[in-house]
Amino acid sequence: MKIMVTIKRVIDYAVKIRVKPDKTGVVTQNVKMSMNPFCEIALEEALRIKESGLASEVIAVSMGPSQSIDTLRTGLAMGADRGIHVEANDSLYPLSVAKILKKLVEIEKPGLLILGKQAIDDDCNQTGQMIAGLLNWPQGTFASKVVLDKEKQVVTVDREVDDGIETLSLNLPAVITTDLRLNQPRYATLPNIMKAKSKPIKKYTPEELNVEIKSDLEIVEVTEPPKRKSGVIVSSVDELIDKLKNEANVI
Amino acid sequence: MLKFISHFLKSKSNLKSTLSNSRVPISRNFCTTPIRDSIQYDVVIVGAGPAGLSAAIRLKQLCRQNDTDLSVCVLEKGAEVGAHILSGNVFEPRALNELLPQWKQQEAPITTPVSSDKFWFLTKNRAISLPSPFNNEGNYVISLSQLVRWMGAKAEELGVEIYPGFAASEILYDANNKVIGIGTNDMGISKDGSKKENFQRGVEIKGRMTLLSEGCRGSLSEQIMKKYNLREKGGAEHQTYALGIKEVWEIDEEKHQPGAVLHTLGWPLDHKTYGGSFLYHMKDRQIALGLVVALNYQNPFMNPYEEFQKLKHHPAIKPYLEGGTVIQYGARTLNEGGFQSIPYPVFPGGAIIGCSAGFLNVPKIKGTHTAMKSGMLAAEAAFGAVNEGLDMNTYWDALRNSWIWEELYKARNYRPAFKYGLIPGLALSGLEHYILKGRHPITLKHGKPDHEATNAAQLHSPIHYPKPDGILSFDVPTSLHRSNTNHEHDQPPHLRLRDPKIPELTNLPVYAAPESRYCPARVYEYVAAEQNKLKLQINAQNCLHCKACDIKDPKQNIKWTVPEGGGGPGYSVM
Repeated sequence: MKIMVTIKRVIDYAVKIRVKPDKTGVVTQNVKMSMNPFCEIALEEALRIKESGLASEVIAVSMGPSQSIDTLRTGLAMGADRGIHVEANDSLYPLSVAKILKKLVEIEKPGLLILGKQAIDDDCNQTGQMIAGLLNWPQGTFASKVVLDKEKQVVTVDREVDDGIETLSLNLPAVITTDLRLNQPRYATLPNIMKAKSKPIKKYTPEELNVEIKSDLEIVEVTEPPKRKSGVIVSSVDELIDKLKNEANVI
Repeated sequence: MLKFISHFLKSKSNLKSTLSNSRVPISRNFCTTPIRDSIQYDVVIVGAGPAGLSAAIRLKQLCRQNDTDLSVCVLEKGAEVGAHILSGNVFEPRALNELLPQWKQQEAPITTPVSSDKFWFLTKNRAISLPSPFNNEGNYVISLSQLVRWMGAKAEELGVEIYPGFAASEILYDANNKVIGIGTNDMGISKDGSKKENFQRGVEIKGRMTLLSEGCRGSLSEQIMKKYNLREKGGAEHQTYALGIKEVWEIDEEKHQPGAVLHTLGWPLDHKTYGGSFLYHMKDRQIALGLVVALNYQNPFMNPYEEFQKLKHHPAIKPYLEGGTVIQYGARTLNEGGFQSIPYPVFPGGAIIGCSAGFLNVPKIKGTHTAMKSGMLAAEAAFGAVNEGLDMNTYWDALRNSWIWEELYKARNYRPAFKYGLIPGLALSGLEHYILKGRHPITLKHGKPDHEATNAAQLHSPIHYPKPDGILSFDVPTSLHRSNTNHEHDQPPHLRLRDPKIPELTNLPVYAAPESRYCPARVYEYVAAEQNKLKLQINAQNCLHCKACDIKDPKQNIKWTVPEGGGGPGYSVM
């Protein structure tokens, strides 16, 4: 069984984000980019399943500009067997990603599709759910534990939900999106980074896959969140009530 | 009988020293530590900075010229090339012109020529214009981080393998005490020393030649210089240092003059403290602003970070910053020892290049061009050594016959003159600059080593620094956030204390804990512990890799070692 994992190249989580002066987005020039942390977790889970003998191959998929290949190489260095790069220079919103992914799934026919629950740049949390809908596959999102039963062709997923943990049993093929506590991703070792240079990356364009990228969303404006005002120490309860009523207007 | 005993004793000590040199503690012979992978290269370079990359590029150029090839591997502890690079920077393209003469056509990020050169003496409220001692014609205002990034790309085009995110933490030796490469850090070790889920053993990167280009106060370079007595061998004095704290601001269009260069002397530093500030206008409405403080300051209550915050409020500096925003913050130490402190840079199996050896021209305040040139010269010697078995010591001869030597010799007395104080220093510097120009046999010596210069706290009184206003001046956590610094928090602290009792027994009572003031990242904090005593807390995660603590700690008790690769600051425009 093959496992397909999507990985996204995003601004590194430790970078201080700045909004562009023209408010059309955030500054990405000369900014450090890395693999989305949830995608790292997804890839790590796929690699563990493969290492336990339950899968034959892990394919890493990334969609974006040519620099996404760097992120794919990191994925290959972690242990993915081969990569697929879908070249797209404009922003891809979740529905477009899901549509492209559907075509790739039809080509590669994986038994399991693992994605990060969301990307840390747009926080959409939609792609996994959308691809499951398009493929009509069962989905286990926000996974904190994944147990595969190859014989029964079933995967048991513990999901982190608001009131606790929900356990689902999904028939394969299925879609899983990963949450933070699922695993701790491995480091890519130097020898593996060197070996990854020769692992194959297949390139597609959306046109080749017969997918039309049309943006169903338009970003109107990007602004920084309002600066947090410093707190004020009040001298009495009466003053507090007065401020809550007349300044903060909350009572 | 006596012969037998002495032979037995000698061979026993030989055994011990061989084992310790090959980095296998005797106890480890009996446990099952996984063997590390070992990868062999012709040349291994530690540090993807201007010197390291110049050496790498030069090596590949020589290979092309001589129709041969050498495998070159550059290791970089930063998460990407340029992430740990911080410098003023007014760039003199002399070495780059020799290395990559087509740099302009190849779109190097060197596009802002120096357009004006001002020099002010600051008092608390005024700025007195002085004739500029610098000659920056033909130089450019750049971001060194960006230039290094570009150089990295050029090196990779030539076939150099660069691996960011990997920290060289130990030197590898063979049975004859010759350096045969480096070992990278084990990754995935928890704070208490146990192995985490994602534990990964480091690797050995072996090279027929190892070049150390770790920048100022490189951790491996310092080890090597001690081991092979390189300072003594080169007849060098100790190195002296300064701490540079820098911000990049994006300012109002009308205030921005691309290529404008300003240096100041005087306020906020006192007459006994050497240092000054810089303000360089780059492109895209960005300016580089910083304060450099020599680390032989005497007052343990001095806080270079807070002095920098004060500087920004000066009536002559403030106008530039009003209406602007800070883009990035960072700090790094730099060499000020110049000619007198250059160690013998060749050791068995390799050489030290760039600021790790120390080629910064202090009166010019430039070290990039000499660092690059030293890398190129080392590459030429290394090529001969690896390819034809020639002597690597030709690097030393090449240095002494190069313009690096000539330049540093002429500049040798400026900084040492300031050990007599600010005014005598200025007077002597004026004499050197306008009349003598270094053409005399006197070479002034340095004062005390920086860590010995700190006075006991009882000789000074605490300095009251104003609170940051959040617009021009900021607190350390806010600034730190702008450095994009981060480390995997669950790892052993990389700042090691040789004696864990010294902070509470000496640093705190005698010197009032200077480390809690000179560290630009607030790594060292004294917090209340049991029995109302204060205890040192090391916030290693904040570290900017500046090395100030390794240099300035009065008892040299703090040892900076390299953390897990990929951690540290994320400079992109510094």
